Amino acid sequence: MKKIVEIKNISKSFGDNVVLDNINLDIYDNEFITLLGPSGCGKTTLLRIIGGFEVPDQGDVIFMGENINGLPPHKRNVNTVFQRYALFPHLNVFENVAFSLREKRVPKDEIQRAVTEMLSLVALKGFEKRSVTSLSGGQQQRVAIARALVNQPKVLLLDEPLSALDLKLRKDMQVELKNIQKATGITFIFVTHDQEEALSMSDTVVVMTEGHIQQIGTPPDIYNEPQNAFVADFIGESNILDGVMLEDYKVRFSGHTFQCLDKGFGPREAVDVVVRPEDVDIVPEEKGHLRGVVTSVTFLGVHYEIIVDIGGFKWMIQTTDFHDVDEHIGLFIEPDAIHVMKKSKFSGMFGDYSSFSDEMDEIGEVDLEELEAESETTK
Amino acid sequence: MKMKRASKIYTALIMIFLFAPIAILLVFSFNEAKSLSVFTGFSLKWYRELFRDSETLRAVLNTLLLAVSASLISTVMGTAAAVGINKLRNKVLRSTLDSVTNIPMINPDIITGISLMLMFVFVGRLFGAATSLSFWTMLISHITFCLPYVILQVLPKLQQMDQALPEAAMDLGCTPLRAFFKAELPEIMPGVVTGLIMAFTMSLDDFVISYFTAGNGFQTLPIRIYSMTKKTVTPKMYALATIIFFVILSLLLLSNFYDEEAMNKRRQKKKSKEK
Amino acid sequence: MNDKTRRLIQRLTLTPYSVWAVLFIVVPLLFVAYYAFTDQNFRFTFDNISRFFTATSVVDNGETTREVHTYLVIFMRSLKLAVISTAVCLLMGYPLAYIMARASERTQSVLLTLIMIPMWMNFLIRTYAWMTILQDTGILNGFLSALHLGRIHIIGTESAVVIGMVYDYFPYMVLPIYSIMAKLDVKLLEAASDLGCPGLSVLRRVIWPLSIPGVLSGITMVLIPSISTFYISQKLGNGKFFLIGDAIEGQYTANNLHFAAAIAFILMVILLVCMALMQKLANRRLVAA
Repeated sequence: MKKIVEIKNISKSFGDNVVLDNINLDIYDNEFITLLGPSGCGKTTLLRIIGGFEVPDQGDVIFMGENINGLPPHKRNVNTVFQRYALFPHLNVFENVAFSLREKRVPKDEIQRAVTEMLSLVALKGFEKRSVTSLSGGQQQRVAIARALVNQPKVLLLDEPLSALDLKLRKDMQVELKNIQKATGITFIFVTHDQEEALSMSDTVVVMTEGHIQQIGTPPDIYNEPQNAFVADFIGESNILDGVMLEDYKVRFSGHTFQCLDKGFGPREAVDVVVRPEDVDIVPEEKGHLRGVVTSVTFLGVHYEIIVDIGGFKWMIQTTDFHDVDEHIGLFIEPDAIHVMKKSKFSGMFGDYSSFSDEMDEIGEVDLEELEAESETTK
Repeated sequence: MKMKRASKIYTALIMIFLFAPIAILLVFSFNEAKSLSVFTGFSLKWYRELFRDSETLRAVLNTLLLAVSASLISTVMGTAAAVGINKLRNKVLRSTLDSVTNIPMINPDIITGISLMLMFVFVGRLFGAATSLSFWTMLISHITFCLPYVILQVLPKLQQMDQALPEAAMDLGCTPLRAFFKAELPEIMPGVVTGLIMAFTMSLDDFVISYFTAGNGFQTLPIRIYSMTKKTVTPKMYALATIIFFVILSLLLLSNFYDEEAMNKRRQKKKSKEK
Repeated sequence: MNDKTRRLIQRLTLTPYSVWAVLFIVVPLLFVAYYAFTDQNFRFTFDNISRFFTATSVVDNGETTREVHTYLVIFMRSLKLAVISTAVCLLMGYPLAYIMARASERTQSVLLTLIMIPMWMNFLIRTYAWMTILQDTGILNGFLSALHLGRIHIIGTESAVVIGMVYDYFPYMVLPIYSIMAKLDVKLLEAASDLGCPGLSVLRRVIWPLSIPGVLSGITMVLIPSISTFYISQKLGNGKFFLIGDAIEGQYTANNLHFAAAIAFILMVILLVCMALMQKLANRRLVAA
């Protein structure tokens, strides 16, 4: 596969605030790549550097083998779908889409053809004369995509494009965006704080926090083989425990020694152990590797989410069977349900559900105010 | 409903207070005699006399010339300044600029006029000019007191605008300058136009600052009215006031009509959105 | 927009205005101070300032004569008339603003236009109109004598000056109050009555506190021009009531620029202090609310 964008040793600060710290990333042709992370992790800044809206303090952006560091946005073969669409309110749908073609002085009939084609691609045929302010959020979103794609860019940058849509519409647009990407073959660089969105759409996910890339990989890789406690916690639900690697394929945690599939650690190396809530089997107390007491139960439709106290550590477990509060249960964990990670600076910060409430989910959610604060600093 | 009637009567009384003096000017501008209290008969005599008064006609032209130049220059400079202020991240610089911009609006006109006059006189004397006050000093003064009003009209429009709009235009192939004209300017145009109109009317209407900064050779209409009312006045003044009144009235009605059109359009848009 | 372009745009757009503002707003004010503290030969002196506070003149009211501080008396008179005019404007304007804000959209825009028409007429003409009305041989007296009510002498009194000020600056009081009131959420008023607030109480406990910013800006917009006017007092006061603006204008016409600057300087300082106090008061009120 051909590299289309290479990010080399990029750093960027706003005042004393280091937003990107020595970032390296290769982006390949025809790829749907997602920059995923909590607000303030630097993902939007990285996108804006690729778009030419920010200049990195150091490092290079290579576009198709060429250094484009000093190139202003209007000379880059890259287009952007902005967070709140940034459609021109004084122009109708057709003129919004035709904007860049008019700027390039493309002949009239050519513009007519290209815009019509784009509008049918995003299913907005017949909306040409409509004012963009009269469109719904989803329709505005489509216009923004058509406007960015009509230029036939090599790379499309999408800055949290779905965050302003409601849940149902967001799901539909996810599918549609993926289809458009496949149909056009254009590289999509997608920024989001929503891990589900990232997992369901991307070929490659880049997990970022605090100006660093934590992990790059396919969605299954990221989910199944998180590199550290941050990634494990940010992507999906995880029980993260302190453990010791006794030897290859043997790890001890929660007062029990387990078989596992991991190897290559030092003798008696301290490690983080991840167990996903859905990978734990509940068995009668005497048959389990571990024993505990149920402290809370939440019904979520497909399954129950229960919190189990095991020697003071609260585990989250997903099960389709009902267990009542105060019930004593046993936990059975298969070797392939255990994932061992090296200790990192994130160790001990995540993975305990003792203070569990819905707040835990909100670490990944960005409220609008924070978003605005972020875009304020990145401007 | 009793309250309602009281409101109506109150409003009517205020309107009588506001318009009685104007109505009297209007009526007596058609008076045959020179009297200010007795209406002796209808005549257009004072209008004829007004149109024969070359000094006043000259002053009208001067006022228009000054108002057009001052409002155009202050609109361009003020709009640019608003764009710059909007992008300013330095808080100290920003609040300093805001305070300085507020000065001409808060300061009494007489102080603004005196201060500019003192500077012009001083600088003129420095260059050995006998009289330094001229059309140009008036133009400078008018631009100065118009600028804050333009900035005040444009800045909120810039702040309301989606800040990503100019970026979107650049992303789609515009240079920063073109992006301003193609994406930003259409958005803030209502503010720019209001600013221009305000600057124009402020300049037309200004007497105090003009009085202190006017040269001998250049007389605007308010200054002309001032010197006319200094001596005993002929009803010629009333004729002038009547004409000004009707010009203003038609301008206001026109702009109201325009506003209403815009409002109707917006309503229609809303409706089509609801469908 | 990256930093480099932003800085470039800032430089291009802000430089002309900044230079202009310094040259024609800040520097002229410095010139006021410079002239105020220098004599004819531009040597430093306090004479102009102290003259304002110490100059005296003799008032002869037929029977007795007494010596008064010329400019202090003028200043106090200006202040008195300006405060009275402002108060009258507020008393007349507040109910009108309230009525307007509660009227239908159409009525609102008609009333707004009506209030703005006189404002757009030059204030010289407006003042002059009152002169023709209030003169001893004017329309008011013609009217009164036609009704056999006798004549009144009002031109050349303080009342005439106040009438002129109120008439000229009345719209500046109504418009800011109206614009605040028009924005008041109707739901707020409904909530107040829902919470058991009777009509008059809603006015006192909800509408009035919320409209205070508009009232304050109305007060500033009336007080400042009326304290510094010089035409109204000349025409309607028959030149008998010298106000602070007349003093400045008189010194200017007499080409006594240094003393004119000194009076302007003192006026400016007093207004600044007043405005700072008012701001403080408003802030405290808002915090208290």
